Amino acid sequence: MGIKLKFNNIQKHFFGVTALDGVSFEIEEKHTVGLIGENGAGKSTLMNILGGVLLPDGGNMSLDGDAYLPSNPRDAAQRGVAFIHQELNLFTNLSIAENIYINSFPSLKKTPLIDKKKMNDSLKSLLKSLDLNYSPSTTVENLAPGERQLVEIAKALHSDAFLIIFDEPTTSLTARETEKLFTILDQLRSEGRTIIYISHILGEVKRITDDVIVLRDGKVTGNSETGLIEIPEMINQMVGRESDNLFPERSAKPKDSPILEVKSLSQPGIVGNVDFSVHEGEVLGVFGLMGSGRTEMARMLFGVDTYRSGSISIDGTPLPRNSPQSSIERGMAFVTENRREEGLLMNVAITENIGLVSLPDYCRNLVKWVDAKRMNEEAGIIGDSLKLKASDIRRQPAMSLSGGNQQKVVIGKWLMTKPRLLIMDEPTRGIDVGAKYEVYSIMDRLAADNSGILFISSEVEELIGIADRIVVMSQGEVVKVFEKKDFDVTALMAAAFREAVA
Amino acid sequence: MSKVDQLNTGRVGNVKILGRKILLSEFFVLYLTVFYLLVLFPFIPRVFSPYNIKNVLSNTWPLLVIAIGQTFVLITAGIDLSQTSVMALSSIFGAVIMTSEADPALLSKSPLWGIMLSDKGGLFAGTSAALPVGLLVMMAIGIMIGLINGFSVAKLRMPPFIVTLVSQMFFAAVAIWLSKSENIRHLPESFSRLGRGNFGPIPIALIIAVIIAVSAHLLMSRTLYGRRLYATGINPRAARISGVPTTKIIIAAYALSGFCAAVGGILYSARLEQGRPTLGNTLLLDIIGANVIGGISLAGGKGKVLWTVFGVVFFIFLSNTLNLLNLKFFVIDIVKGLVILLAAILDVVRSQLALRYSGGKV
Repeated sequence: MGIKLKFNNIQKHFFGVTALDGVSFEIEEKHTVGLIGENGAGKSTLMNILGGVLLPDGGNMSLDGDAYLPSNPRDAAQRGVAFIHQELNLFTNLSIAENIYINSFPSLKKTPLIDKKKMNDSLKSLLKSLDLNYSPSTTVENLAPGERQLVEIAKALHSDAFLIIFDEPTTSLTARETEKLFTILDQLRSEGRTIIYISHILGEVKRITDDVIVLRDGKVTGNSETGLIEIPEMINQMVGRESDNLFPERSAKPKDSPILEVKSLSQPGIVGNVDFSVHEGEVLGVFGLMGSGRTEMARMLFGVDTYRSGSISIDGTPLPRNSPQSSIERGMAFVTENRREEGLLMNVAITENIGLVSLPDYCRNLVKWVDAKRMNEEAGIIGDSLKLKASDIRRQPAMSLSGGNQQKVVIGKWLMTKPRLLIMDEPTRGIDVGAKYEVYSIMDRLAADNSGILFISSEVEELIGIADRIVVMSQGEVVKVFEKKDFDVTALMAAAFREAVA
Repeated sequence: MSKVDQLNTGRVGNVKILGRKILLSEFFVLYLTVFYLLVLFPFIPRVFSPYNIKNVLSNTWPLLVIAIGQTFVLITAGIDLSQTSVMALSSIFGAVIMTSEADPALLSKSPLWGIMLSDKGGLFAGTSAALPVGLLVMMAIGIMIGLINGFSVAKLRMPPFIVTLVSQMFFAAVAIWLSKSENIRHLPESFSRLGRGNFGPIPIALIIAVIIAVSAHLLMSRTLYGRRLYATGINPRAARISGVPTTKIIIAAYALSGFCAAVGGILYSARLEQGRPTLGNTLLLDIIGANVIGGISLAGGKGKVLWTVFGVVFFIFLSNTLNLLNLKFFVIDIVKGLVILLAAILDVVRSQLALRYSGGKV
């Protein structure tokens, strides 16, 4: 078998920070290659160069033996490279067929009109081969996340891509959708396509890839056949240290006095009769599948969304509805699940982002003059304590950071308020092992300082690893509360699926 | 850096880097103004005559005040089309309060005749309270219309364009109805001084405009309100979750816009020495155009008072030089329109450049 793709000494710098520092490796034809590394290790940058989104500062690439330097995604597509992004790039208001044909609509007998029939007919067999049982004229917004991903794959196949990059394809998929994706990956491989598979879920990488490439700090730190490397060794190569401890030791025990008390919280169709409490020094885990109402409940607690009935109180005093401001005044903090849309001001400096919530504390006199110097210093201290990787936090915009570092900015913004109750909705989604460990440590530190933490997650292992108790939600209701001594993956999953609960 | 940059080393590269620096500079529009004037100077030497400079500057102050008000709204990703009707309505109300005699032949059909207006003038005709009351009422009208706009946009979630387009039509029509389309003259001397008088060697209008510009600059760049204004413009959802009272911030922006329009209305009315129901009705292009030229983004979240100042200065010189060239009014408007279009295109180019050289993902 030949070499499909070759990277030779690729360099890339942003803002004085080195993103890629001489990356060289080869990918064999018809192989599925796992690309792993912590956030900020350079995976996305490398793939953006491969996909024509970014140009390298140095080094060269070859594809099928010929020099390859795409200056835009279209160049890459013409050479048979397709990039399936983590945040899918589909037009949800258009049909499946229109999305697939977006660059090359067939015209109706040389008129400027689009030949819809031809477009739809030509795709039927393709969709069928992917087990996507919809008419090509179905609008994409009616599809589930997993199905949308299949549309992206169909698009890649339709453009006859022989090198397909998957960036974190399973983050928004259910277990069943993930299985289906793996079947399709197998199918693609048997058709002779080369696949680059980026993921933080090492079990998946182990299961479906032929080779694993590990990146750390812009360098290749591991390159081996998947069969010859075990997961702990992968982690080792990613973080550069032995890490048999994925979770920090909890440093204090929860107290008896409750901070947050939720009583029969209801909003028809979303949550029903939710009761629970978070105590001082406690990390309360909330587990539930997608659509279980966990995110919606968190938004009600914080006052972003409203609810029909029930009560929410902090330290014994009820909280007014629908006012994030009063929630913040009472010491609540909320790390939302989507940092891009609801967490960050992307093109604003990091310190400004960290200072946003605490601004009123840094204001003097009647006109509310902001003491920028003091605020920047404080934000800098927070940034340091979170080991934020940035070259100039006063000038560098949040969008120039990697995913894990962006998440740290969001967390830092709330740590600066010294929260009494921190709600975190999927805080470790899409971030790497090292950053995850740091997020858990922050939770532990806060809990040791007598704050309460509501930790929402769909990864049951991390809840077991860090939480004191776990509330399981399903269909908008609390199914069961697990004490630490009863933690068990199977039992938690069963509760989330409402099996064997009685 | 890209592969293109690597090829262009040496002198060519230096020129490129200098060009990029100028293009990305905060003072870009100022450089552009100077360049433009230097190019035109050989053709119209009159442009630098003391008379012309004085004329240009006297046009600058009121427009600057109004344009700064607009900047606040643009930063929230809104737009305020009603500023011109604020000017007209406050001009009429101010005149009705301050005028010392009204001609029944012209104004007796006004709905205000006999209530606020008679042949002996307005409510406060001839009293020393006329000026302060007149000014207060004019500013209050601006703030009120602004509050109505802001409430509709932020609380009722209506699109800013429609809200302010409607209030522009509505209040402009009210101004014409109340005055029966007549100008109201005989305003007190103390009022006209605001538009034409000097304080020592310095025009009073200049002092007012500078006070407003400096306060607006400090408000935007140094205060809690300013920081929250930008946060609201950039990402209202993230801002709200971070405890920013976005509704209040937006309402305040429209109120400030109304207030500034009213102050601009005061300066114009004082210069014309009359309350005029059509005041400002050709000014909208200049207000928005000056902001766009200055680099204030219509998408919100981006802009500074200094940029607005440069935009206004450029726009006024543009109008002035086109006038001096004896061009027909339609030619002037064609050129103005093209320049605004160019400015909008340039803004896109500049922000993409800025993004590329700040390490952001494109």
